[in-house]
Amino acid sequence: MSDSLALLLVPALPLAAFLLIFLVGRVYFPKFSGILGTVIMLATTVISMATAYKYFFVTGKVDGVYQHLIAFKFTWLPFSENVSIDMGAIMDPISMVMICVVTFISLMVHIYSLGYMKGEDRFAIYYSYLGLFTFSMLGLVLSTNIFQIYIFWELVGVSSFLLIGYYFDKPSAVAASKKAFIVTRFADAGFLIGILVLSYYTGTLDFETMIARLTVPGSELTAITTAGFLGVSALTWGLMLVFMGGAGKSAMFPLHIWLPDAMEGPTPVSALIHAATMVVAGVYLVARLFPIFAISCPVGLDVVAYIGVFSSMFAAIIACTQTDIKRVLAYSTMSQIGYMMFALGVAGYGGENGLGFTASFFHLFTHAMFKALLFLGAGAVIHYVHSNDMRDMGGLRKHMPVTHIAFLIACLAIAGVPGFAGFFSKEEILTAAHNSNPIIYWCAIATAALTAFYMFRLYFNIFWNKEYHAHHSDSHHGDDHHHGEAPWSMKAPLIILALLSIATGYIPFGNFVSSDGQALHSEFHLTSAILPVSLAIGAIIVAMLFYRKKNAVPDKIAGTIKGVYTGALHKFYIDELYLFVTKKLIFGIGGTIAAWFDKNVVDGVVNFSATVGENFSDTLKKMQNGKVQSYAMYFFTGVLGFVLLFVFLWDKF
Amino acid sequence: MDMNFFILMKPELLLTGLIFIIMFAKIANLAENNGRFLILVNTLLVLNFVAGFFMNQEGTLFSGMYITSDSMAFEKNILNGGMMLISLMAYDWMMRCKNTPEYYMLLLSAQLGMFFLISSGNFLMFYLAMELATIPLAALSNFDLDRPKSSEAAFKSIMSSAFASAIMLFGLSLMYGTTGTLDFAEMQMLVTGSSLQVLAFIFVFAGIAFKLSLVPFHLWTADVYEGSPVPVTATLAVISKATFIFVFMSTMFTVFANFFMVWDKVVMISIIATITIGNFMAVRQTNLKRVLAFSSIAQMGYLLLGVASTSVQGASSVLYFMLIYVFSSVAIFAVVGLIFYQTGKEDVADLRGFYKNNKLLSWVMAVALFSLAGIPPTAGFFGKYFLLTSGAAKGDYIVLTVAILNMIVSLYYYLRIVKAMFIDKSENDFERISVSPIVTVSIVVCIAGVLLTGMSGEVYEQIKSLFLASN
Repeated sequence: MSDSLALLLVPALPLAAFLLIFLVGRVYFPKFSGILGTVIMLATTVISMATAYKYFFVTGKVDGVYQHLIAFKFTWLPFSENVSIDMGAIMDPISMVMICVVTFISLMVHIYSLGYMKGEDRFAIYYSYLGLFTFSMLGLVLSTNIFQIYIFWELVGVSSFLLIGYYFDKPSAVAASKKAFIVTRFADAGFLIGILVLSYYTGTLDFETMIARLTVPGSELTAITTAGFLGVSALTWGLMLVFMGGAGKSAMFPLHIWLPDAMEGPTPVSALIHAATMVVAGVYLVARLFPIFAISCPVGLDVVAYIGVFSSMFAAIIACTQTDIKRVLAYSTMSQIGYMMFALGVAGYGGENGLGFTASFFHLFTHAMFKALLFLGAGAVIHYVHSNDMRDMGGLRKHMPVTHIAFLIACLAIAGVPGFAGFFSKEEILTAAHNSNPIIYWCAIATAALTAFYMFRLYFNIFWNKEYHAHHSDSHHGDDHHHGEAPWSMKAPLIILALLSIATGYIPFGNFVSSDGQALHSEFHLTSAILPVSLAIGAIIVAMLFYRKKNAVPDKIAGTIKGVYTGALHKFYIDELYLFVTKKLIFGIGGTIAAWFDKNVVDGVVNFSATVGENFSDTLKKMQNGKVQSYAMYFFTGVLGFVLLFVFLWDKF
Repeated sequence: MDMNFFILMKPELLLTGLIFIIMFAKIANLAENNGRFLILVNTLLVLNFVAGFFMNQEGTLFSGMYITSDSMAFEKNILNGGMMLISLMAYDWMMRCKNTPEYYMLLLSAQLGMFFLISSGNFLMFYLAMELATIPLAALSNFDLDRPKSSEAAFKSIMSSAFASAIMLFGLSLMYGTTGTLDFAEMQMLVTGSSLQVLAFIFVFAGIAFKLSLVPFHLWTADVYEGSPVPVTATLAVISKATFIFVFMSTMFTVFANFFMVWDKVVMISIIATITIGNFMAVRQTNLKRVLAFSSIAQMGYLLLGVASTSVQGASSVLYFMLIYVFSSVAIFAVVGLIFYQTGKEDVADLRGFYKNNKLLSWVMAVALFSLAGIPPTAGFFGKYFLLTSGAAKGDYIVLTVAILNMIVSLYYYLRIVKAMFIDKSENDFERISVSPIVTVSIVVCIAGVLLTGMSGEVYEQIKSLFLASN
């Protein structure tokens, strides 16, 4: 099979699954839709793995350097002679890694959902949405054109919106999907402006051309670095705005507020979208434009690094206090993506300096495995207990042995215990940070210790702590303890992912992915691993002492550091801050201009965008009183205003 | 007078012919049977639309009073097509109406005025054509004779436009006073930018801005849209707006070309005010027609971005977006009209549970609304993107930022309608709306337009070639 056909099929098959199930399957064979979707996904996975294999071992390498190949490309919308929107598929190490991750995790989630979602009313719809999401995500990673990536970016957002709001009769799910949509839309507005800025100066939307024009000295590069706004060059503005889009999708501080709420969606969806694939799109985007960042705009890379490391630590602290197991995992995801971000941020272009780039993608790869495993394991637990709250759990190790072992492996992997996948990738990131920036390095070490602590807090709370007994008061869940651990469709993905959470660490990743395409042989220093590993093990022991048996120590500790604890418990009040800024500050300033604006401010409404709109338009409505004579007056006032401004005032400025 | 005259003025002559045919049909009592009459009129409109694509030439007539070019012919085709679609989508309503010949006579007279307006090369012609394009539509606003709101709409419309015309006429007289001519080409040479001319320009601008419903000249819009019969509202919101945006563009590019420094600023301020206030008012509305009225105001702001960029790209983006806007809006008004005349419901909240019994119409509304909101992959997204890009090429970043932020605000009220139809539950089922085959045809054409115009780059290329050829 030729590459172009293969890469055409890779996104086309999930799209076909979506259309088939959505248009036909939903009505005529709803029960069978799951199997159909899974089989199509299996085919997609096989094709993408084969293509990636061929790329990495046969066609991709020329003279020891991995090439950027264009599998196919056609012009979709020509805007002017030079600027056109293309649709195509790019083949390079990062896109090949991504299609493997996306299709594989998607396949696991497809299989898992056969058991997890069984008996849901909208089972077929669920599978069609999964197909839509997979299609969009594959289109995103294969993009050859910054505008193509934007289109799929939005499509990914839409399918994420649909899946978060899957339980649309649950008000919290609807609110969460809305929040995710609005926050990411806001970020995407920045992304779009960034695209406009970059494409305006480079005169192209094509990635390859854009990167070439912005990394090699030439008229475009001079123009974009000399043009500026508020003392910052247009290049930095453009890249930062694009990064804003990436930060929105990847839940970087301060645009992370949607991710924890997104856990309202079905758990397998959280595993697929909000752990392994969509949320790393921001990392992928920065990596795609990495040469521009590294060569022409190191300042931008610093911003990426600091935002990444701050988000990472911030999320880790919050994760230590949450009791909803999916929220713990959500914050842990945010923290790990922060890791990937700052790894990119500390990297340079080419050779040894590019270690961070390799490490970032290595971590992306291993993280996809163990985080998907954690979510799927958590899903099995929720399936069994019918609750998200870790206080309802405890002692589950005897009831769910397979889940227990799989979950333990994932926890060891994310904590960075030697021998497991997370250890290798995290070690590489820490080495890269150590070589470049001590502040980031020490923050990262602290975060690694926190990670080990909160993961094992979660683990001991679920599987040890007190003895589990089903809630007998819940009469309609009365048959809980009769059903077993989980059906095989759910256990099989857990086992596969558990094996991969160990095995993927041994891949010599530097041979495949590096900033400049040449193989990177990173040396492993035993000495540098001693500190993070001993901290991680120490943190695990502390978690064990606290949570293995029910005792009062954790509460006491929480009592002594009350300020930090309550702060973290309330996610450092970021949501409240957003409400404060939108409700109080924005309206407050409006209020000083016009006093009557104030009474609407105090009342305030929950949904901030609606509030802004409704209050502002309230005042406008007074203009619209239905009297034609006052319309004429406003008309005349408008004319007079323009006349005053342009006839009398304009020249004076 | 040679053959040239007939070929250059073909669109206007065809329309005049149509008006006469309808008049004779009325006099000869051929219009007694409403059904047969409507078939006749709609067939003629389709033929008229098709004829618009043949034998177009560029040239001038009556010593520069009348101008035509390829891009103008294309504009007239958009208007013909829009008129045809509106007539088809109003078929069910017209079947129940009395006095249909009068309706069409007034409608086509207004369209004739619009054609002359587009082709005018002299302010005298311009003013006369503008009045011809306005007054019949004001009369049509009163066509729902038994609804008081309809009469209110007509009254407000005629009073407001009289006021706007007066101001504009004052501006024109000042222009004449300072230049001594009314001819576009001659006046262009004599525009110097003196204070008196700035004053005159602002008066003329206010007159056109009134027709385009730019803020603060927009206040009549919502009341008139709400009160008028739905097909008339559609004509006002789509056909009339399209005409005036074309006219605005051509006058700004010709007569006031040397005036760029001033009108650029005026337009920038208008864009910011129009988009922002239009959107925020739309958020507030509960009546569906009023939501659409304010949304159309905001859309005009986006169109002006393309006009203000004064480039070939900008001009072609305007035409491209207008084409998409026609398709999307007609589809929406078709559904709104069906709902209003069959159930009397006209509030957004009334649409709750609409999806259950009206799956097709719900999807039509959703696609068309997505297109207006600029959500990919509908054509509206590309239209907006091209407009924004042409603005970016000129470097109006502040205005662009306002425009893009407003796109987020606009999502709120567009999605609110979609949410009401698809997600909100209601106690009583929404009754099934019956749709006749002819109306279905117009809806299908519109939706196909919304999707295909976006999918194929050909359309935009075609439009751009019109402008490149004439430059």
